[in-house]
Amino acid sequence: MGKQINVALIGNPNTGKTSVFNQLTGLNQQVGNYPGITVEKKEGICKLPRGLKAHILDLPGTYSLNASSLDENVVIELLLNKNDKDFPDVAVVVSDVENLKRNLLLFTQIKDLEIPTILVINMADRMKRKGITLDIDVLEEKLNTKIALVSARKNTGIDELKELILNYKNLSTEPCLHASIMDPEYFGRLRKAFPNQSLYKLWLVITQDVNFGNVNRHALNSTTNFHTKSTGDLKRLQQKETILRYQFINGLLKEGLSIDLNSATDLRIRFDRILTHRVWGYLIFFFILLIIFQAIYNWSSYPMDFIDSTFASLSEWAKNVMPVGPFTNLISEGIIPGLGGIVIFIPQIAFLFLFISILEESGYMSRVVFLMDRIMRRFGLSGKSVVPLVSGTACAIPAVMAARNIENWKERLITILVIPFTTCSARLPVYLIIIALVIPDETYFGLNLQGLTLMLLYLIGFGTAIFSAWILNQVLKIKSKSYFVIEMPNYKVPLVKNVAINVIEKTKSFVFGAGKIILAISIILWVLASYGPGENFSNAEEIVSAQHTQTVNSETGLEQEIAAYKLKHSYIGIIGRGIEPVVTPLGYDWKIGIAIVSSFAAREVFVGTLATIYSVGNDEEETIKNRMAAEVNPVLGGPLFTFASGVSLLLFYAFALQCMSTLAIVKKETNTWKWPILQLVIMSGFAYVVALIAFQVLK
Amino acid sequence: MKLTVAHLKRGQRGIIKEFSVDNVPLKLLEMGCLPGNQVELVQTAPFRDPMYLNINGSHLAIRKETALLIEIELI
Repeated sequence: MGKQINVALIGNPNTGKTSVFNQLTGLNQQVGNYPGITVEKKEGICKLPRGLKAHILDLPGTYSLNASSLDENVVIELLLNKNDKDFPDVAVVVSDVENLKRNLLLFTQIKDLEIPTILVINMADRMKRKGITLDIDVLEEKLNTKIALVSARKNTGIDELKELILNYKNLSTEPCLHASIMDPEYFGRLRKAFPNQSLYKLWLVITQDVNFGNVNRHALNSTTNFHTKSTGDLKRLQQKETILRYQFINGLLKEGLSIDLNSATDLRIRFDRILTHRVWGYLIFFFILLIIFQAIYNWSSYPMDFIDSTFASLSEWAKNVMPVGPFTNLISEGIIPGLGGIVIFIPQIAFLFLFISILEESGYMSRVVFLMDRIMRRFGLSGKSVVPLVSGTACAIPAVMAARNIENWKERLITILVIPFTTCSARLPVYLIIIALVIPDETYFGLNLQGLTLMLLYLIGFGTAIFSAWILNQVLKIKSKSYFVIEMPNYKVPLVKNVAINVIEKTKSFVFGAGKIILAISIILWVLASYGPGENFSNAEEIVSAQHTQTVNSETGLEQEIAAYKLKHSYIGIIGRGIEPVVTPLGYDWKIGIAIVSSFAAREVFVGTLATIYSVGNDEEETIKNRMAAEVNPVLGGPLFTFASGVSLLLFYAFALQCMSTLAIVKKETNTWKWPILQLVIMSGFAYVVALIAFQVLK
Repeated sequence: MKLTVAHLKRGQRGIIKEFSVDNVPLKLLEMGCLPGNQVELVQTAPFRDPMYLNINGSHLAIRKETALLIEIELI
């Protein structure tokens, strides 16, 4: 196998760069419409003609090489570091035919770095509708490049692009516009001081505040061969650079591009008149949210019930078919209920990601940002916080990452800190099962009480997030210069393929990512519940039989007594009873206590844990719900799950931060343990107090 | 009184005058907001903030505080 060609895909947000990536690699990724969707490092292998291969790196979308966000830093850091293993042999700049002028700015900057560069003009299928004609020869000549006219949507032009990548050595590395013309004298001195470096690269090192690996910025600044300029002067030069580049592009497009406005049709204006309207816009947004929540609650309950009962009978079946022994017990009481606790998530997560990715793909998300900015700002957030907060209803981890495209640090930090209050999908199974147990399934005025409770819990989550944002905004003293720019992309019909891939990928990564933890914890719990120290556990049968010599009325009754006694004296029983004093005031027994403790690995473990604990030594009831309903409160008598303890539990889960992955991602994004630890302590402490009050008042 | 983008009415157009980079973020320039370019107010959110603009074919939304920094001449 020969050497792979390293290709970097670069482009502005909303140019369909990720679609081009999908077409090249065949790897299934997703396309988004709000900036910041391609924040993760995405790479793939592309098969080229003649048996060669290219390694394709999909870089985060950026408007220029003057970085103003973390994502954009990634691009510059790679392009300036020749020693990086991903340093491109050839850069492929993706542009959108409708926004060519703006997209070419980045292209001219990359050309200035003297890297072989190909220009992809994407969305070629829209040219006719927009009345656009291009003179490719003129463009290629003036830009010193080769152009591939591509429609990622219609899958045209991709082979031509592959051919260009294959022959990258023929590409000119001559810049199409030398940045040095903006101040020849200054750049002349720079040249003298560093004769072996690319001038534009030096310029970027001087003006950017990013880490550049091998090029030492301080050495550069301390060199006395030329006078360093003041920050103000540098900024003015950057402005001058941008204006010069646009002048060049304007001149170029006058020759190379023409638009026949008569044949252009634009749906944007008509759609925006309604969707960003100051009344209709909000009503439509509210209506869309309503549909999403209805769908998640109502539509997914059928497959969920089905999954619950299927796993119950599967467990029963395994027990009957397999030989009696600890291994069978591990399968039927540990692994199968644990797996059930994972699979039951799939319907809701799939629905949620389906809606979120449709909203992103269509371009509607940017309109939501526009509509909500003013309102969110009042609470120290930004319009761009809406996307993370809405994603937070799926999972806090991608939501925290989505906060990256908020430029203002204070707004970004507050967004990250309050995201865990929004009701993530891991809370949903807990909510659903508790609601089913303690809220009557009755309908008033056509509204289902259980559904209303669920809606209320979401509102509580969102309300708490907003309210704590407001408090943080008052408390945090961070000065950061704020400005807000968001592109309003054109509306597009979401590609079924993109949406489907997104739903599948997200669901898969969630289920397998969380699934591993859940399964591991289920097995550990089963072991802890099935074994115990000392005589109390090993001699349980004799002890219980001795206690009940007279009162035994049936054999199954005795067996149940023994099982309960064993569980009480197993390792988990001992741990559980150790923490019982802490959870009793909230109306819980030690089993719920164990479930809460294991939930700190991830909330969704709660149902699986209870399923595991309750299935050890309980053969009577099949489904998790029935088993829970049969539990008796050890202190007060009567059912364990009453209205009071149920509400207390719901509120505890609404507020507590019980997710190690969230803590890890917050640490990563804020670069300190200070914020995640504060989140953990404050949220969980608050949860305990609220749950305590709720139970004591309601009981 | 200086006339700025923030003073545009819906559907009204102006030409961006020279401005100082000390006030206007570079990113806005890079997205096409340059002196000499035409700007049209497409839509505003309630309280006229943020403002949805069409600057020379680029569709952007910016906050009013930023719009106040960009001087224009009406056409």
